[in-house]
Amino acid sequence: MVNGNLEFERPLVELESRIAELRRFTKEKNIDMTEEITTLEKKAAKLRHEIYANLTPSQRVQLARHPKRPLALDLINLIFPDFLELHGDRLYRDDHAIIGGLAMLEGAPVTVIAEQKGRDTKENIARNFGMPFPEGYRKALRLMKQAEKFGRPIITLIDTPGAFPGLEAEQRGQAEAIAVNLMYMSSLTVPIVVVVIGEGGSGGALAIGVGDRILMLENAQYSVISPEGCAAILWHDASFAAEAAAALKITAKDLLELKVIDEIIPEPLGGAHRDYAETASNIKAAIVRNLQELNKMDVNNLVDHRYAKFRNMGIFYQADEEKEA
Amino acid sequence: MATIKDFFRSKPKYVTIHQPSTDDRREIPDGLWVKCEECGNLLFNKELERSLMVCPKCGYHYRVSARFRIANLVDEDSFEEFDADLIPGDPLGFPAYPEKTRAAQEKTGLKEAVVTGSCKIKGIPVILGVMEFGFIGGSMGSVVGEKITRAAEKALETKLPLIIISTSGGARMQEGILSLMQMAKTSAAIGRLNEAGGLYISVLANPCTAGVMASFASLGDIIIAEPKALVAFAGPRVIEQTVREKLPPGSHRSEFVMEHGFVDLIVDRRELRDTLAKLLNFHSLAGVGGENNG
Repeated sequence: MVNGNLEFERPLVELESRIAELRRFTKEKNIDMTEEITTLEKKAAKLRHEIYANLTPSQRVQLARHPKRPLALDLINLIFPDFLELHGDRLYRDDHAIIGGLAMLEGAPVTVIAEQKGRDTKENIARNFGMPFPEGYRKALRLMKQAEKFGRPIITLIDTPGAFPGLEAEQRGQAEAIAVNLMYMSSLTVPIVVVVIGEGGSGGALAIGVGDRILMLENAQYSVISPEGCAAILWHDASFAAEAAAALKITAKDLLELKVIDEIIPEPLGGAHRDYAETASNIKAAIVRNLQELNKMDVNNLVDHRYAKFRNMGIFYQADEEKEA
Repeated sequence: MATIKDFFRSKPKYVTIHQPSTDDRREIPDGLWVKCEECGNLLFNKELERSLMVCPKCGYHYRVSARFRIANLVDEDSFEEFDADLIPGDPLGFPAYPEKTRAAQEKTGLKEAVVTGSCKIKGIPVILGVMEFGFIGGSMGSVVGEKITRAAEKALETKLPLIIISTSGGARMQEGILSLMQMAKTSAAIGRLNEAGGLYISVLANPCTAGVMASFASLGDIIIAEPKALVAFAGPRVIEQTVREKLPPGSHRSEFVMEHGFVDLIVDRRELRDTLAKLLNFHSLAGVGGENNG
């Protein structure tokens, strides 16, 4: 990666900086370079399209982890400007890798829960690189039960490499915290819309990911294991991550085909990091549209549909079916 | 016109199989003596088998097959297997997955990593699920998720207690995101049983980690672990590799997990049948709703 830009973006980034330079030159020296600029801009548009229309799964992984990719709070500030954060699990402490709180959406209150990574080293240490401890999941569940009590819909934003794997997390019951969330989320009596905005890292993502609608940003990923972890197991070499990323089928398009997600939210050309406002407005529109549909369902129907949705996931056969095939 | 296909189709959903033959009760190959993997003592084969593959000298619990557990836990001739014909597909076209499942099927004699059914334990009818670590590390893919879910639904429908003996390395990587979703699916099914007042006893055998531990295995009304079983979300190797944390001895074992409040009981395999019967009696007649309470 060069200056926070990805390898495959480099030709484009170089071209864009040349255009910017010409613009500055035009302004400062008062020489008309419009023609050159137009030519270069056409070239850039073509290049942009070529690069981003044909991303490989591993390039999408890089986009999902792009250092400039909007993080949960960047999007929350744009989608929910009056977001009021609430803290703590009332049991142990306040986990900073998961944030939660209240906001108004189109005139109605909602509960927002999100996994939050850091932008720089200092922030990342405070946020534990977006890897929640059990108390993070318990805070999320506390706020979800609160939402249920007051009849507020729940919106969760997923962006985590995974639940934190460490001794303290074991001591405080990481597995139990995740399991309990999965169980309770499946029967909460308010609508739940889940948006995978960056990295959907396995159980750590799913622990706030059981909902009525699962939406996913175009370049986000969602996987049972990181490509590096998979490569280490399968090829005994983490450098086969690109092969693993392809084999695991972790892109939004793959997940839509596998019927694990309901909808892909488009990103600006070149990825979410190129235009936060457009990304946020696409997410907001998708959330609002889905909530409007869910709000029409009565509670029993809603919960039954959610149960059936996950109940039907999985692909398997009866032995005699195979005989037929 | 009736064809062979129709014949297969018309098979009942739940197939009754006979009580596992005496072969299922045997875990070790012929030969008179084995050396205990833990304490090094020489053990008479028959003696080790008679003590349910627990070393009579040091109490070390050998890994055993699902069939062996069932044969030694349930009342004679009482086990009726469910869904024995469910087989995995290869939904992602994952490298070498079909070969891997075929090899596991040949090795274990099972079609997948869990055996479910109904049975009696000391005369008390229960729904039972037992995982098979020998089948791709007891990993949970679509079939395991489906069979566990059906077992929980069956417990709900029949108002019988549910017992699941779990041993697993976690979700099955080769089925990608679909295996992750089995965590949500099984937990939701346990949730329904829970809401209806059904009893679910989860038994953790060595090892029980990751996706299975972070779903149905952690959701028992009562959670039992075998002594010194590895019980964790992230095993010691994962922790040492990813966060480079030095781990104290005994971390991640049943005793450590019980000390931190996540296991009710540690029960020696030789005592499991008695303990389960006792627990079932405490909840006597309490399938769902406990109609006969009072």
